[in-house]
Amino acid sequence: MASVWPQLENLLDRVQKPARYIGLEQGMQRPEHGPDTVSWLLTYPDTYEIGLPNAGLQILYEILNERPDAVAERSYAPWVDLEELLREGDVPLFSVDTHRPAGTFDVLAFNLSAELTYTNLLNCVDLAGVPVHTAARTEEHPLVLAGGHCTYNPEPMADFLDAVVLGDGEEVVAEICEVLGEWRRSGRPAGSRPDVLRRLAQVPGVYVPSMYDVTYDGEHLVSVTPRHPDVPAQVEKRTVADLAEFPYPKQQLVPLTEVVHDRLNVEVFRGCTRGCRFCQAGMITRPVRERPTAQVEQMVRDGLARTGYDEVALTSLSSADFSGIESVVQSTVSGCGDQAPAGPVSVSLPSLRVDAFTVGVAAQIQRARRTGLTFAPEAGSWRLRQVINKLIREEDLYGAVSSAYSQGWRRMKLYFLVGLPTETDEDTLGIAELARNCVELGREHTANPSVTVSVGGFVPKPFTPFQWFGQNTVAELHRKVGLLREDLRRSRGVQLKWHDPKATLVEGIMSRGDRRLGPVIEQVWRRGGVFQEWSEHFDVDRWLTAMADHGLSPDWYAYRHRTEDEVLPWDHLSAGLHKDFLWQDWRDALDELGLEDCRWTPCYDCGACTGYGIEHVVASAVPPAGGSQGTGQDLATGGAVPVDLRRPMAAKAAS
Amino acid sequence: MRLRLRFTKLGKVRFISHRDVARVWERVLRRAGVPVAITEGFSPRPKVHFGLALSTGHESLGEYLDVDLHPDATAPALEPLAEQLSDLLPPGMEVEAIAEVDRRATSLQQAVTSCTWLYALPDAEPGWLSEQADRLLGADELPVTRTRKGKTVHDDLRPAVVSLEALERLDIRTTDRHPEFPSQGPFLRTELSTQPRGVRPQELLDVFDRPLRAQRTVRLHQWITLDGARHEPLLAATRAPHVTGPPTLAAAETAEDIAGVRAS
Repeated sequence: MASVWPQLENLLDRVQKPARYIGLEQGMQRPEHGPDTVSWLLTYPDTYEIGLPNAGLQILYEILNERPDAVAERSYAPWVDLEELLREGDVPLFSVDTHRPAGTFDVLAFNLSAELTYTNLLNCVDLAGVPVHTAARTEEHPLVLAGGHCTYNPEPMADFLDAVVLGDGEEVVAEICEVLGEWRRSGRPAGSRPDVLRRLAQVPGVYVPSMYDVTYDGEHLVSVTPRHPDVPAQVEKRTVADLAEFPYPKQQLVPLTEVVHDRLNVEVFRGCTRGCRFCQAGMITRPVRERPTAQVEQMVRDGLARTGYDEVALTSLSSADFSGIESVVQSTVSGCGDQAPAGPVSVSLPSLRVDAFTVGVAAQIQRARRTGLTFAPEAGSWRLRQVINKLIREEDLYGAVSSAYSQGWRRMKLYFLVGLPTETDEDTLGIAELARNCVELGREHTANPSVTVSVGGFVPKPFTPFQWFGQNTVAELHRKVGLLREDLRRSRGVQLKWHDPKATLVEGIMSRGDRRLGPVIEQVWRRGGVFQEWSEHFDVDRWLTAMADHGLSPDWYAYRHRTEDEVLPWDHLSAGLHKDFLWQDWRDALDELGLEDCRWTPCYDCGACTGYGIEHVVASAVPPAGGSQGTGQDLATGGAVPVDLRRPMAAKAAS
Repeated sequence: MRLRLRFTKLGKVRFISHRDVARVWERVLRRAGVPVAITEGFSPRPKVHFGLALSTGHESLGEYLDVDLHPDATAPALEPLAEQLSDLLPPGMEVEAIAEVDRRATSLQQAVTSCTWLYALPDAEPGWLSEQADRLLGADELPVTRTRKGKTVHDDLRPAVVSLEALERLDIRTTDRHPEFPSQGPFLRTELSTQPRGVRPQELLDVFDRPLRAQRTVRLHQWITLDGARHEPLLAATRAPHVTGPPTLAAAETAEDIAGVRAS
């Protein structure tokens, strides 16, 4: 069965958005499968529109297809309408490149970047005709791998994943190809699956859950230990030392239908050391590795000419921090020489730093189609922003907002988290105050300024200083959102949007969960709980019922503060960060102590550089102009508010 | 200067929407460096105009696009441009003809008076199709119920059906030139007028004695009626009296040679 297209094309007349399933993107590859090539199906466990732009998937697609010993194709979760028809017609999950059945690949490699997609992963594996349980798979089945940020605590998915990759995938895929190539050449003899998994477990950065034994004492985890002497007791993440060696994607996929982030995307650096304590990405992707400015400019130039896009996003966790930002912006907007694409090009910075300098850059680049600007102060008071180490002063925000209005923007979006450690109602209401003040500033420039406040419930993540914090209950998050709604009721020009606190609860359970959650995920999936990231499909009761059916307590997983001595489900994995560094940072947070960006100040020895013998790759020796973040300015501005979280924490520790 | 292009939409690419086709064209024109005129104002857009929308899932040998060029731009050589654009378009989309037309020519959407459609119906019996075609053509009226703006209305399809015939197979040249073209017959071919109101191809299949679902539905032509005669839209616009200079048709061959063998 080389292609399912003949069956599939008869189904596509009957589904929404059939363009999701046809491939044909510019940059698509039709690799030659052969007896000596390890075949990878890179799968994003959500819709095509969400999954196609995923940079990690596109980078690995190219790197694998460049190798003589590998081929890679792509797949995305079929929407529920097609899924039903596939099951009815007995048509398996397929690649969009050559429409090959998923089960014929050697590897199903998933990108796991959100907890609520876990059930979709199971659904994709099942649609591929592969048993969802690792233990039930044989030599004839593909290996099921996963990478992405959620794999820093893959324990809830341990029953379903054959292996997991921690960190950057660019280099480790080659080592995995070698192990799997050998397995292929050996003819995958009966009983050889455990051997190949054991060999994979020895590849640095690869974690094979089935090679570890887990012991509990009552409800508490005691240990996760390797079952063989050659399997590492602690799995370290992989880090690419120099981004310049990986100018990928070289042929970014240009879809024929609309997707999110539909533009040229060029990664300007990886990692971030701003040190925001709630931010898992900033912690696990350290250190900062900038791409050389000349390479960025080359990638922008080539990419625009090749794709025909009129927009380029300079991506990273905080692109205004890129040393070459002004140069790149200049060269992009002033045209790209002879290869200039027709019409104006706009540049977007997906993560804007909150200061006037950044807005100045933004003004320069968004000459075409000026839409809205988004800032993320994250918390409503200076006190709480010190707790979370997002060191934006009110002056910075107001400076940024004034500057934006004066340069022609009419709409702003402000992102905040509620349920942060030590948060008081005063902090929460500070959000409303900031928003109102921003609208007020706007009135000097426009009759109808508009500020959208977007509020998400905070989910503590592994490998962050807040990994010990018990998250706010659904009721508490609802109450805080209610406070804001009430307070903003009469505030003209401010719109409030919020993330469903019930979804926040499920994310929280999974984010710091352990292997006992496997049957819960399976039950939710078996009862039809797919596309849980989509509000029309999310159903918290399915999750709570499954938890109850398996004797597990949502409170225990999500709401409980952890103690310093507790064994965490991810203690046998490592993002390089020393646990005592994270604990100290947690204590500093409770003391409302800000921590400067280590890019431009002495090292705190968090472990991310020293542990792996690597360092920051940052062209500029000094912090960028504008704003107080990381610039060594006085961090003690603003009034102090007493924090009482330490007492209940201590009490819990003592009990 | 305005260019009119005729292009195909065949095979897998039939599943992209009309909007998607527009976005694909915008990028392709930029990549080809075609100096497209840009609208003035807050949100500048390239000045391109599409003809009648083709439903997602339907194919076509005759899609049209008008492109206004920047007033300062030098006119591009048309033959190489057609080839260059075809190379940049996704598989199944190909530029088959290109010509300079008068800027004041009526917009495609208003000018087109009828379309010829081909349905591939591999599960149907050729003789029965032929009988049915004769019956429908002989009918005084073909009543249908439609929903328009939330209201149920009764309409007669018959005046819109200009021709209808059953074909056993297609002329081999068509399938040779387009490997993606549906090859499994029998087929129905019909010309449906688009004015005053269009008929969706499925609506015609719905008035058959037994409900029919085409495996593939292909728009073969769009026609513009001028002085009582049918014209292919490129030729119609280039032959208009107010066009100065000779028509610059790069691929003069129209889709008219899609021939088939009649079913009996």
